[in-house]
Amino acid sequence: MLTAIIQRLAQMVFVMFGISALVFLIFFATPGADPAARIAGRNAAQETVEAIRHDFGFDRPLPVQYGIMMKRLFISRDLTSFVNRGLQVVPQVLAAAPITLSLVCGAAVLWVVGGIAVGVLAALTRDTIIDKALMMLALIGVSMPVFWFGEMMNLVSQSRFHDTWLFSWVPGLGYKSLWTDPWGWFKTLVIPWFTLAALYIGIYGRVLRANLVEAYQEDFIRTARAKGLSPARVMVRHALRVSLIPFVTMFGLDFGVLVGGAALLTEVVFGLNGVGRLTYQALLSLDLPMILATVMYASFFVVVTNALVDMLYVLIDPRVRKS
Amino acid sequence: MPAPQTPPATPPARAPLLDVANLSVSFASDRGRVKAIDDVSFTVQEGEILSIVGESGSGKTVTLLSLLGLNDPRTTFVDGSVLFRGQRILEMSDRQMRRIRGKDIGLISQDPMTALTPVYTIGWQIVEQIRAHERIAKAAARKRAIDLLAEVGFANPAEAVDRYPHQLSGGMRQRALIALALSCNPALLVADEPTTALDVTVQAQVLDLLLRLRDDFGSAIILITHDMGVVSEVADRVHVMYAGRIVERGTTDAVFADPQHPYTWGLLASIPPLHGARQARLRSIPGLPPTADGIPAGCGFAPRCRFAFDACAARPPDRRGDSHSAMCFLDPSDRERLRSEMLERERPA
Repeated sequence: MLTAIIQRLAQMVFVMFGISALVFLIFFATPGADPAARIAGRNAAQETVEAIRHDFGFDRPLPVQYGIMMKRLFISRDLTSFVNRGLQVVPQVLAAAPITLSLVCGAAVLWVVGGIAVGVLAALTRDTIIDKALMMLALIGVSMPVFWFGEMMNLVSQSRFHDTWLFSWVPGLGYKSLWTDPWGWFKTLVIPWFTLAALYIGIYGRVLRANLVEAYQEDFIRTARAKGLSPARVMVRHALRVSLIPFVTMFGLDFGVLVGGAALLTEVVFGLNGVGRLTYQALLSLDLPMILATVMYASFFVVVTNALVDMLYVLIDPRVRKS
Repeated sequence: MPAPQTPPATPPARAPLLDVANLSVSFASDRGRVKAIDDVSFTVQEGEILSIVGESGSGKTVTLLSLLGLNDPRTTFVDGSVLFRGQRILEMSDRQMRRIRGKDIGLISQDPMTALTPVYTIGWQIVEQIRAHERIAKAAARKRAIDLLAEVGFANPAEAVDRYPHQLSGGMRQRALIALALSCNPALLVADEPTTALDVTVQAQVLDLLLRLRDDFGSAIILITHDMGVVSEVADRVHVMYAGRIVERGTTDAVFADPQHPYTWGLLASIPPLHGARQARLRSIPGLPPTADGIPAGCGFAPRCRFAFDACAARPPDRRGDSHSAMCFLDPSDRERLRSEMLERERPA
């Protein structure tokens, strides 16, 4: 078990090395573009460009450039972005990360619970009006653009009905720290959580229903029913338990990508300065150090959640365990 | 070891353990209701092995699932009456039926590869069933699971109890399934082609096991199969099913010695002989069995029967009372001659 975990960690490091090298090559070694000039920003003085060129080692061979970049990103953590008036990159990412994590983790709880509830209820009431209504709702959730839904939620909760008893508790847009103001943190995030989760509840509910309906055709469900178990037990302990395996795979992928910055639209709509927004702004101004930092951050979470999913597999599916 | 089944208080006049009368099952389809089982009746006595034979699609499995109430009630319509120990089980509520399923009637599924939930150990699955029907501590149930696994021939049951299905071979999984079905000492075991997915040596072992369990536990067994060899080996009585009807019924000896229905003749003729010259081709029954929506109103076998005549357009009489009978219009005195004529004419070159 321990060797498996160590092996997995080594793999993660290797994958992250690959990603960092690739991103570095794309942004810093593209022929015909001078990275020093880009880092210096528009209208930079010639001396600044020269200083950056020397500082980042752009006058030295590529592996050295890569080494310097990684050292400044991970070891001395003083990689600065000149586009952004000399702000250091790492503290910005570290400040944005808790916001994105809060948003995505809360939404993840909602969508896992909601997705399982929708999927199980629809599968139990298959082909009835309840099933059809749930699937219709899920389809609406999937097809609603998140920025539109978010703005609608804002319109309702921040302006139209803000003065009624329904939404008077909703604070203004923006993020409140969990550590200094937990209740405020919760209140500001409830609506963003729900907005982000709506799409995923739809997807997960529909996929889970399909998996459950398929599971009910399986012989082992017939065996379970022939054993005289209650319908609830057949559903939860047999059908749902087996259907959770693809569910976990999907969750790992979606969660990693969202924490990595894919929740951009939700962040923008609700004024949350998370990693998605940071990446977006860095891309707009071609802020190379910032892009490098956010991409490394995103890949870190994708790789970590994938590793966690693999470990979860070992727990929930005995077939992947080595004898 | 589980205590042998104490015989339940026998109802007066030796009522059969299971009495199926006029069972009809139809499915909802795009073109309306389609009858899969047409007026089937049979009885099973305590401790008896009844075999139902027929080719795929003849309605064997559907019959058995209706006995357990495992058909999808939204698409399946079941008529007739099924008495189990004098209780009408088709009319029972799901809750009442659950008490019988797994406890009094055990199911052995056809394909042991897919019939066990892949994510639990076989011990867990046996314990789950025991504890669904009896108030018993986990440890005691586990101990019984180990005993059951020993009973069905696991060499090392204490270790096997913690194995997952994928870690067992096909034969071992089938044994685990049998242990599962036996776990509450059912009075009736329904085995749906329990040997089909197994290779021949394992088949023989599983059949021996079923016979031994019948003797040890006193369970009656309904054995569904399409393998005449299996039938001759273990069954006390045979019912031959074709196109949703029982076309011939009788004791195994009688049916094998003196088959009466032309379909049974064909089935028996298709068994490869053990002695004599090797046949270039096995005998077969020409044609295909009808699909559920194309069963003729009269004799279901008439379109494939070389002896069919005018009367076959009507429904043949079903002489249920007799110990050996066939649903056929042929004159009993002619049958011997017609059968040998058929065997002669179809002798493979």
